[in-house]
Amino acid sequence: MIFDIFLVEAIINGILFGGVLALLALGLNLVFGVVDVVWICYAELVMVGMYSIYWGNNHFGLPLVICVVIAIFAVALLGFLIHFLVIRPILGTPPINQLLVTGGLLFFMQSLATLLFTGDFRNLGLHLPVLELAEMYISFSRLIAFVTALLAMVALYMFLKRTYLGAAIRAISQDREVVVLMGVNPQRVYLVASALGGGLAGLGAALLILQYDVHPLIGISFGPITFMICVLGGLGNMIGGFIAAFVMSQLISLGGFFLETEWGYVIAFVFFIIMMFIRPQGLFGNRS
Amino acid sequence: MLELNNLTAGYGSFQALFSVNLEVKDGEAIAVIGPNGAGKTTLLRTISGMLPVQSGNLSMEGTSLKDVPPYRIIDLGIAHVPENRRLFPSMSIEDNLRMGAFTPNARPHYEERLDFIFNLFPRLKERRSQIAGTLSGGEQQMCAIGRALMSSPKLLLMDEPSAGLAPVIVNQVFQLVQQIRDQGLTVLIVEQNIEQVLQIVDRAYLMEVGSIKISGKAGELIQSESLRKAYVGL
Repeated sequence: MIFDIFLVEAIINGILFGGVLALLALGLNLVFGVVDVVWICYAELVMVGMYSIYWGNNHFGLPLVICVVIAIFAVALLGFLIHFLVIRPILGTPPINQLLVTGGLLFFMQSLATLLFTGDFRNLGLHLPVLELAEMYISFSRLIAFVTALLAMVALYMFLKRTYLGAAIRAISQDREVVVLMGVNPQRVYLVASALGGGLAGLGAALLILQYDVHPLIGISFGPITFMICVLGGLGNMIGGFIAAFVMSQLISLGGFFLETEWGYVIAFVFFIIMMFIRPQGLFGNRS
Repeated sequence: MLELNNLTAGYGSFQALFSVNLEVKDGEAIAVIGPNGAGKTTLLRTISGMLPVQSGNLSMEGTSLKDVPPYRIIDLGIAHVPENRRLFPSMSIEDNLRMGAFTPNARPHYEERLDFIFNLFPRLKERRSQIAGTLSGGEQQMCAIGRALMSSPKLLLMDEPSAGLAPVIVNQVFQLVQQIRDQGLTVLIVEQNIEQVLQIVDRAYLMEVGSIKISGKAGELIQSESLRKAYVGL
């Protein structure tokens, strides 16, 4: 019999991991939906956020909460600047240029981080407790990360549903020409969405640094999976991305449980490739 | 209210409007009629700032629109119901209407404008939370007109409100336009449905290949022999 308490533990861990992935996917989808540009370097924004928390806490001795707030604003500013300085001048050019330029930013940020911080693995040296629940071990840092990610997503949902700016963000992703007739300045909405996407990456950084060491190549661990989740859910489709995050995290967690940890990723990526043959528009996509 | 003097505009090097002169007075309903590709949609898009002016001038209540950015045109009291309605298909009727009140000037009046529009089109009130993409063509047109009216405009631009609708619905749409006229709003409407539109407007301009050919009172134009032969098919 395979069913046992460790399987339940693996499923719970899969769900908890899915929360942070869903948050990152939401940030990437938000930027793509509004600006129509995929930030290939999105996970590198997370890396920058992790380093800013690490340096703030470790070198300047600031309290962790303050460091997190600073990181969220710093990465939001970075998102704003990426749009203002890099994307905006080439918005009218073929999409491949925009993809390549964010790919270039990825290597730029990786190299700059290596130059500034060396390739060492660093962590906050936190020792958060592990919860024991009916013989299952659940990491407290994962639980915090999951709950915070969910709260952030609810807050974002309310913002998109309840405010004029939120409505404009949804509207512009459906018809970027006609919103102008309603008095929306698209350039401003692009900047807001880019800063929001950056802020979400900053929050994601805070949740990930509780569980992972930061190093210049940490983006590789989350970038490709986040991108695949967005494509699987239908690029730009926030609800699709949310569900796809939990599908992928469960595959990784269960694959790791039944085989080995590395196999989890192999299975998830093979699943992604097969899905691309069956539904190239993504699970919930309807755009061509 | 709206004045176009020798207005020339187009897409890149392609010129679509050739020195157009047109005037809309306060409280009037004006139609611009003409065949497909005559430049009627281009005319409205130029007024809304979606296309740059190449030469000539256009002004709203004495304010030149030439250097006004497109997203500021609505602040001057011009609202545009675009061709093919262009609702936000995956947003509810209410969210579509909310977008119509996006500008800071319009936001404080959101509730009262919503009541006004729900009074005008009770159908929209019944379906306020329905997703716009699932509405029938006629309902979508109501929603598109409602969205434009949310900003309390002085001048309403309408681009082919009857296009792509079933004949029964077309009659309803012209009734809607009549209703809006009865509210005292100034209307500039572009239509191919010449006979019907001439029944509800005061004056009309006939446009062909980018310039105005004939203009006059609607009642006189509908009697005009050449117009009848060429377009009405009687």
